[in-house]
Amino acid sequence: MSPEKLVRMANQIATFFKTQPKEDAPARVAAHINDYWEPRMRAQLRDYVDQGGEGLDRAVMDARAFL
Amino acid sequence: MKDFIIPPADWKDERDMGTPAKQGAPVTLTIDGFEVTVPEGTSVMRAAAEAGIQVPKLCATDSLEAFGSCRLCVVEIEGRRGTPASCTTPVAPGMVVRTQSDNVRKIRRGVMELYISDHPLDCLTCSANGDCELQDMAGAVGLRDVRYTAPEGGMATHFAPRNTSGEANPEWRPKDDSNPYFSYDPAKCIVCNRCVRACEEVQGTFALTIEGRGFDSRVSFGAKTDDALTSDCVSCGACVQACPTATLQEKSVIEMGTPDRAVVTTCAYCGVGCSFKAELQGDQLVRMVPYKHGKANRGHSCVKGRFAYGYASHKDRILNPMIRDNVSDPWREVSWDEALSFAATKMRGIQAEYGQKSIGVITSSRCTNEETYLVQKLARAVFGNNNTDTCARVCHSPTGYGLGQTFGTSAGTQDFDSVEHTDVVIIIGANPTDGHPVFASRLKKRLRAGAKLIVIDPRRIDLVKSAHIKAAHHLPLRPGTNVAVVTALAHVIVTEGLMDEAFIRARCDWDEFQDFAAFVSDPRHAPEATEMLTGVPATELREAAKLFATGGNGAIYYGLGVTEHSQGSTTVMAIANLAMLTGNLGRPGVGVNPLRGQNNVQGACDMGSFPHELPGYRHVKHADVRDLFGRVWGVEIDPEPGLRIPNMLDAAVDGTFKGLYCQGEDILQSDPDTKHVAAGLAAMECVIVHDLFLNETANYAHVFLPGSTFLEKDGTFTNAERRINRVREVMKPRNGCADWQITQMLANAMGANWSYMHPSQIMDEIALTTPSFAGVSYTLLEEKGSVQWPCNADHPDGTPLMHVDGFVRGKGRFIVTEYVATDEKTGPRFPLLLTTGRILSQYNVGAQTRRTENVIWHEADLLEIHPHDAENRGLNEGDWVKLASRSGETTLRAKITDRVSPGVVYTTFHHPDTQANVITTDYSDWATNCPEYKVTAVQVSPSNGPTEWQEDYAAQAAQARRILPAAE
Repeated sequence: MSPEKLVRMANQIATFFKTQPKEDAPARVAAHINDYWEPRMRAQLRDYVDQGGEGLDRAVMDARAFL
Repeated sequence: MKDFIIPPADWKDERDMGTPAKQGAPVTLTIDGFEVTVPEGTSVMRAAAEAGIQVPKLCATDSLEAFGSCRLCVVEIEGRRGTPASCTTPVAPGMVVRTQSDNVRKIRRGVMELYISDHPLDCLTCSANGDCELQDMAGAVGLRDVRYTAPEGGMATHFAPRNTSGEANPEWRPKDDSNPYFSYDPAKCIVCNRCVRACEEVQGTFALTIEGRGFDSRVSFGAKTDDALTSDCVSCGACVQACPTATLQEKSVIEMGTPDRAVVTTCAYCGVGCSFKAELQGDQLVRMVPYKHGKANRGHSCVKGRFAYGYASHKDRILNPMIRDNVSDPWREVSWDEALSFAATKMRGIQAEYGQKSIGVITSSRCTNEETYLVQKLARAVFGNNNTDTCARVCHSPTGYGLGQTFGTSAGTQDFDSVEHTDVVIIIGANPTDGHPVFASRLKKRLRAGAKLIVIDPRRIDLVKSAHIKAAHHLPLRPGTNVAVVTALAHVIVTEGLMDEAFIRARCDWDEFQDFAAFVSDPRHAPEATEMLTGVPATELREAAKLFATGGNGAIYYGLGVTEHSQGSTTVMAIANLAMLTGNLGRPGVGVNPLRGQNNVQGACDMGSFPHELPGYRHVKHADVRDLFGRVWGVEIDPEPGLRIPNMLDAAVDGTFKGLYCQGEDILQSDPDTKHVAAGLAAMECVIVHDLFLNETANYAHVFLPGSTFLEKDGTFTNAERRINRVREVMKPRNGCADWQITQMLANAMGANWSYMHPSQIMDEIALTTPSFAGVSYTLLEEKGSVQWPCNADHPDGTPLMHVDGFVRGKGRFIVTEYVATDEKTGPRFPLLLTTGRILSQYNVGAQTRRTENVIWHEADLLEIHPHDAENRGLNEGDWVKLASRSGETTLRAKITDRVSPGVVYTTFHHPDTQANVITTDYSDWATNCPEYKVTAVQVSPSNGPTEWQEDYAAQAAQARRILPAAE
């Protein structure tokens, strides 16, 4: 998928978990993505983060370690 | 001696008991010497029927309250004067009733003689011959001659076109044949009022009335100038069902004659899941009649289920398998063997070249549980991946996620009967009178009895105000602001201390509630603060919140106006929060109730159609669940989630997804951003469409497998209330195979070794592997009629209400629901917001209903636009307008109405030539990728006709639908 779409979808997830009271957004973003994103999409996201992750929310960047 | 004590409800007993069943303390009386015990409030007529004694009647029927007009049901009661009507007389303890005596016989015969004196005696050629209560009653009372005739030159009858002097009879009126499905013949009317009462009590439309008095009394469709078609009539068929004569008669019966056999089955349209009796002559369907013991519909129906079945025999139906190498080629009809081996070879070839995960399936909510179970099994056990998704992706996937997170299971909490006990109803993002008409009728009945209604919808839907109902509050929010509105409701309830603390302490996680309460109490969630954003007046919202929190049993019903947003899942969680906050869970009259769009959305989700979970909502990451299915299926199951529908299309465009088996689903028309869907399909090497018709998706298909209709196969549907209902084979499949057989043949062509002989064996496998279905079998369904899951050792009779003593997940979870504006914003180029919906007469992509006479009510999608916005653009009613978004543009005709607010336009998506989804974007729900159909920034401008895209599309479709003539 296009990088813009990938970024938007990942950031939408981050936006939700960042509003939750517990301060564990990166882990929960990663858990959500691991549960619902097919491996190809996760690989694309990992690559994108590794290439700098332009436009990605901080919580998604931090989620990289758990993906 | 017969001694009856409220006999067990036998779901197959179809006698008309005369008046509705009552609930109350037992009352014992004697009828014709037999002692009978019935609930207090029961009529003498019904008590007699319970004892097996039918009192003659004409104006009474057990779907309607007693009316007492025909006087045929008179009886004698010891100690009472005269001969009371048994329909309007309630039972009393110790009452002694005689239903037969010389006196009542004489009265009944006299009454019948008068009726018959004004009735044409053309019984042998009458369409109701053999199915006429007037005829039956004439026989039952022993009517032997009729002494009365119209006097010479004077008063005429109602049925003779000319009076006794040979002049035109002013009392005679011609038949009204304006409705495509039934006719109204005033000549045969006995003015029993049943049709009028059915329209009021059962349907709640009040389209019919009795005009005139005495001899001039006539059934009328509203004003004198109205006929059936131009009136308020919604063609639900309740009047036809109630009519005891041929006055209101199905045209199919007039044409074909009376049916000779009946099969009880389940409607294949919306998620209400009405039970019907399919009535036939041989294998020819004569009519569909709502089944009185159907627990979802209680004997009612809508125009779709009742009448719109003609698509099953439509000439467009494809009955032979077809293949082609390229989508630019015409189709070639081939044998099943050739089609399946062509498909299997292609799919296996793709996997060999592009990898195991390069193909997938889409199951459909229109198909049975057994069919969807097999299709997802095909992906998991034969393709060896989890690339299975269902059209629930684009409708209720946020319900699955949201209710799963908060309550622990993805399902509505109530049965439909629950609405009879509700005091305050919130309808949010749903339009039940169009989308779920039979539920709407049940709701309206409750509203007429005094329940209060809060409507949260951008449009002024019919429930806001129509005959004899009016919403207490309508919150006309800006599309896309659901979360802000529902959170503001919670703000009012928490800050004003109206929550049910006892319920929350007992049933929910208290720490999470504290977090939630702190969040929601913030002034930024106050209705005054959100008013500018949502467009909902703060005072109205405050009043609505207080009403819901304090008005008694509060129930929330919602639809796709909740789910199909960027924050769809968040709104579902906000709704669950609201129900927990007010303690409205776990008893009749309350609950959270998703109104499912299609008949089997619930079932398709239950059956593991989603790429991340196996049947019964169990994630594929759990090794124990994979092992269980692995053992039963004899395969190793992929532990990784598969692709969702939008992801499949993205992967197709990227070149890593090449083959698709799509059963009963038309993604090209129904999914958003048509151009992107078309590009995805065009990039695939093998698209297998399994459907009734060459749908839009089939324009890009290489294999077409003809499907069977719901009339042609056995199976089960699970409706919005988790009710598993049988679908029965009413006639043999015209295409030669039931759909479950076709999936099995495809699986076997790809090397599986499946050997199901009947769908009941598939259900047995579901029961074996899925704990919530453990007790379900065709034998049980035969015995009980239907059952609501969970049905297992703990709940052998099923579960009408969920979360009664505790939530499925244990403690209910409050979740913080911060409003986040969608990225889809209006601006100078696209200043209006488009939202979409359905209309009563058409169903989703219209593949079925467009192929019935329902098109008389809706032959094209129209764009609803507010007069203010229309005037700014110089648009008049009926003008062609261009509707454009950043995704694409289309044209359709304008309908100017203040049902939509200024700034909002609305259309339906039933017609492929309009292609509303050319306009919708690829934005989607954050948790589930459910598309954001309900908010698209658009511009509307005058137009001369179809856009270039529409013309190109039509040309491609015509080209792609060519079929080579079969070789001689």
